[in-house]
Amino acid sequence: MIAHVFADACTGCGTCIAACPTHVFDAGADGVPVIARLDQCQTCFMCELYCDADALYVAVDLREPKAIDPDLIRTRGELGNLRRGYRWRNGASEPGSLDHFWQLGPLLREGAEIAGRRYRARHSEQADD
Amino acid sequence: MTRLEEPIGIETDVLVVGGGMAACWAASAAAGAGARVTLVDKGFVGTSGVTATGGPNHWWVPPDPALRRDAIERRLATAYGLADAEWMERVIDTTWRLLPTLAAHYPFGSDGKGGTFFAGVRGPEYLRALRALATERGVRILDHHPALELLVDPDGAAAGAAGYARLTRRPWRAEAKAVILATGGCAFRSGLIGSHTNTGEGYLMGVEAGAELSGMEFSAAYSLSPAWNSTRSLPYFAARFFDAGGRELDIPPPMAGNAHWQGLAAAMLQGPVFADLVDAPAALRSTLREIQPASLTPFERRGVSLFDERFEVRLFGEGTIRGVGGLRIVDDGCQTRVPGLYAAGDAASREPVAGATSGGGAQNSAWALTSGHRAGLAAAERMRTRRDGHAPSRATGQAGLRPTSTPRPIERPALVETIQAHSIAYDRALWRNASSLADSAEQLEAVWQQISAHGHGEGLDIVASREVAAMAATARWCIAAARAREESRGMHIRVDHPHGAAPPARIATGGLDAVWTRPDQQSSQTELAA
Repeated sequence: MIAHVFADACTGCGTCIAACPTHVFDAGADGVPVIARLDQCQTCFMCELYCDADALYVAVDLREPKAIDPDLIRTRGELGNLRRGYRWRNGASEPGSLDHFWQLGPLLREGAEIAGRRYRARHSEQADD
Repeated sequence: MTRLEEPIGIETDVLVVGGGMAACWAASAAAGAGARVTLVDKGFVGTSGVTATGGPNHWWVPPDPALRRDAIERRLATAYGLADAEWMERVIDTTWRLLPTLAAHYPFGSDGKGGTFFAGVRGPEYLRALRALATERGVRILDHHPALELLVDPDGAAAGAAGYARLTRRPWRAEAKAVILATGGCAFRSGLIGSHTNTGEGYLMGVEAGAELSGMEFSAAYSLSPAWNSTRSLPYFAARFFDAGGRELDIPPPMAGNAHWQGLAAAMLQGPVFADLVDAPAALRSTLREIQPASLTPFERRGVSLFDERFEVRLFGEGTIRGVGGLRIVDDGCQTRVPGLYAAGDAASREPVAGATSGGGAQNSAWALTSGHRAGLAAAERMRTRRDGHAPSRATGQAGLRPTSTPRPIERPALVETIQAHSIAYDRALWRNASSLADSAEQLEAVWQQISAHGHGEGLDIVASREVAAMAATARWCIAAARAREESRGMHIRVDHPHGAAPPARIATGGLDAVWTRPDQQSSQTELAA
């Protein structure tokens, strides 16, 4: 669930208020978003992805709100790491950011095949016993 | 009525309800065909729904007749007699032609062989591109405008919708000549990533307006994720599973289908289940961040090393998202039984391409694209033949909006828990039998009676009131259809009827005060209520 808005980094652009699909934020003073409906947060990280200022931090338990230490989050460099992972900048994708995406299907199938072989191997061993 | 409660008035040719991939393809198709199009979404077009957080692969078969025939035959074999080869052909062809047309807005990447990879797209970039395409075509997009009910004209045809604008806190009312429901499936608030907005209002609104549903028994679907956060499931396909004592569990592999889910669910009913990824494909370690950055975040921020440590997992209900059921379409343009009311994507029954099994992401995405596109074209065509209506339209919303008895506060969280226990809770859903289904029907009936007699909401709260009503209605239809299908078929598992019965038939369902079911003849010819 969304855990913190870094007011000093926030530009008050209001993008997150609109971009949150579940209407978690209201606009507060100077446009800095206020977490108004935490119970509606689905921990989807979309607000972070749309925040060019890296002023939002979503904690990773979807069932329980979590108190975080804002300074620690900042020191660890966690702010904005999701957006950088997607390689989004000012709402656009960096060139080449989807050049590995084709591997999703093959890696998924490979994983499923590994599980299948492991299961067959185990059960043929049992049959041999 | 105070001035603030005066509804925002919207007039349009085609109204699209929903904001995921089916809704966007529908809106762009209708606008491209010359219609004035307004799209209203509960959330934000770009982040709403299960595609935005995902990475949909599409059914992708080159236009070679032999290849396509082969792909269709293979898929028909796993649809357990309920799919339609003609629809499959359309879906393959439309997807192949349309997806690459997004190139102006979507940064298609390499296919690893010197070409361009079109078949799979990443969710946030895909929805961002679909929003850009719709905007370029002149679609008016209204984010945070959840629809609450449909309007019908005196002939019973769809005439618009009404809802509540969340950011401005005002009701809205849209008059339209055609309405497309692309509201997604219903995951009953399981926590499945992206599904918080997928609570089934499209089904409820459609049925209130006179539409029917089909395939609702095909709703027992799950995905695996870390216990604390739902993610996409790519990392976990090769996972080994352990109980709390560290003993490895003998779980049939993902390819085993129902046995895989039953194996995991049975173990989880005994206690916590842990996974490790030591067997995962080596390349996943280096490329997962490039493919699905958000799948790593729940681990990194919790301090768990995804590929090196064991972590607790659980199953997140998918309901009719990865399940199949939805509004029953009666023609090639995705029209429901209500004239001028169309259904697309997960809001429509996906049986024409999936039959009794999920079909996996590829068929599902291709269906959403194609059904959206066709609904958009059909709605635009209908618009051309409709005179401007002068007769006043009638609002059709009932449960959660207009209680039949005294409005009074109801314990929504408790009701949602009951709804979940009889829809996505796997102890029942993966081992259905006549007596547990009869009990579920009774419990859900009590929930429904309470909501329809007393449920209501004021202001913003009306949205939540309607969501709970829609989840109750959806669960009721799922259970009714599961009771009517006295056999096991595809993802519908009846332990008291372990085999399929001949001949295969779809099951239609609907009704509000009283739920009904009937075997469906699957005729593809047009049949309309009015």
